[in-house]
Amino acid sequence: MSESFEITVDGRPVQCRAGETIAAALMQTGLDAWRTTRRAGTPRGLFCGIGICFDCLVSINGARPVRACLATGRAGDRIATAPGADPHGGDDPV
Amino acid sequence: MTLSEIDLAVIGAGPAGLSGAVTAADAGCRVALLDLGARPGGQYWRHADPALGPPVPGMHHGWRTFTALLDRFDAHRRAGSIDYRPEHAVWQVQSDPHGFVVRATAGERDPEPFTLGARSVLVATGAYDRQVPFPGWTLPGVMAVGGAQTLLKGSHVAPGRRAVVAGTGPFLLSVADGLLRAGTRVVAVIEASRARAYARKPPAVAAVPEKLAEATRYAASLARHRVPYLTGHAVVRADGPDRVRSVTVEAVDRSWAVRPGRARRFECDTLAVGYGFVGQLELLLELGCSTRLDGGGSLVVETDAGQRTSVAGVYAAGEPTGVGGADLALAEGALAGDAAAASLGRGGGLDPAEAGRTRRRRRRLRAFARALATAHPVPDGWQSWVDPDTQICRCEEVTVAEVRAAVALGARDARAVKLLARPGMGWCQGRICGPAVAALTASLGGGTVSPDDLRDFSRRSLAQPVPLGVLAAQGPGLEESNMSHRTVADGGAINSERRGKAP
Repeated sequence: MSESFEITVDGRPVQCRAGETIAAALMQTGLDAWRTTRRAGTPRGLFCGIGICFDCLVSINGARPVRACLATGRAGDRIATAPGADPHGGDDPV
Repeated sequence: MTLSEIDLAVIGAGPAGLSGAVTAADAGCRVALLDLGARPGGQYWRHADPALGPPVPGMHHGWRTFTALLDRFDAHRRAGSIDYRPEHAVWQVQSDPHGFVVRATAGERDPEPFTLGARSVLVATGAYDRQVPFPGWTLPGVMAVGGAQTLLKGSHVAPGRRAVVAGTGPFLLSVADGLLRAGTRVVAVIEASRARAYARKPPAVAAVPEKLAEATRYAASLARHRVPYLTGHAVVRADGPDRVRSVTVEAVDRSWAVRPGRARRFECDTLAVGYGFVGQLELLLELGCSTRLDGGGSLVVETDAGQRTSVAGVYAAGEPTGVGGADLALAEGALAGDAAAASLGRGGGLDPAEAGRTRRRRRRLRAFARALATAHPVPDGWQSWVDPDTQICRCEEVTVAEVRAAVALGARDARAVKLLARPGMGWCQGRICGPAVAALTASLGGGTVSPDDLRDFSRRSLAQPVPLGVLAAQGPGLEESNMSHRTVADGGAINSERRGKAP
């Protein structure tokens, strides 16, 4: 079938198929949330799935948060879930 | 092709954008096509990277139409007449003395600034799922019905094992069918509307037999899998506590108010929910294009027979002109591409016979879309489902009680509520909560949603969040415009506040 490679999620190895989004890879492993909200501290994962809602933010390789539903996985990616993916931390987009 | 020679910049590579780009290129225009997606097709023809293998059979619709269009598109790309830019998020289109300046970020992961000039612009930015809030809708496992479809089509991943599909509109059936094909058990499909537009077959519906046939296929698929299809019912709560474990379904009346005493519970690990679609209008609103409310109460951009907006040189096609589906988007895109080419002195995008056929198809499909919007409105009864502590704005975690408090403090419209209570000021910029906040505010004040309410919530000076580095690199255009001013005046605390944090 399709080619796959390893990425890590908070240090834990996860298989990612070539061509799939980070969100899809996380969902495949059974993860359904990878961020906590700033106010109530509740978990969030994939919601709109098409880049509109920004609920699925993750940090990849220490960079600013990106939408897991849009970003395609690359071999060796280090995914950091909350609080690293808190949209209000670090270099915020405007 | 240098960027300054672009005749038509098309924003969006779904059915409308592809059709517009190809038609304009057929007429001899030099076209640039910018799209957020990694592959052409938009949401409707969303498909996986070929590395992921072939899709589940039957998952795609109108695929032959797509591949035929793609052949023409690829031929133009090879000839150099279409410059295709995938993974480009357009955050601003601005008019300038020579036409328009289009600013985008290229790449979600390592965004680079991208700017091009064009003599005219076709906005074909599609739509996204409309949501209404309910207790538990922020729990993991609750997702937009379009998001579930995207996961299936774009990554060949099923969102869960046991799903409830809920909301309103025929799209629910399409997604339920997709989930079944992917091996997900669909526990129930819950349709809040009770109108049977298909069964009654008014003339506008009967004139589009292919849509009826599609609905009949889905209904047969649900019946074959013994999936209950409950109309006049709504998911009024997703039950946790840690993630969705079940949903509570109630019978609702015509206004969607709960008819008590008939609650049912369905166990599931996934709730795919959507109440129709919201067209993406922000680029058009910032350009100053005229809008109006459509029959279903959604904000749409006004266009003429050539898909021209009220702003010279700006065309719109597909869902921003009124949600109507892929076939209508194809027709509108072709007519827009033809008109844009003609206005630049390049005829022949569509030959006269084809143009006539396309206009007739557009008329027929628009009538169908109007019938559908009438059959699937979003009345205010959902406000009987929410608790005071239900979050109405997911980004800023603003509750229904906080919106009510803002209205009690004197906020009379959605914009004032936004300034006082901050719904719509988070990352999504009110895309998800806008229609619900506008509706709740209006009904608390005893009124109805006005076009201004929706415009205030849909207007975003930056149509996409932009990294500071990109903004700095492309900043001059922003300074020249009245948009930076409006960002602040319009309650753009998200912009000014974050800009203030920058080094």
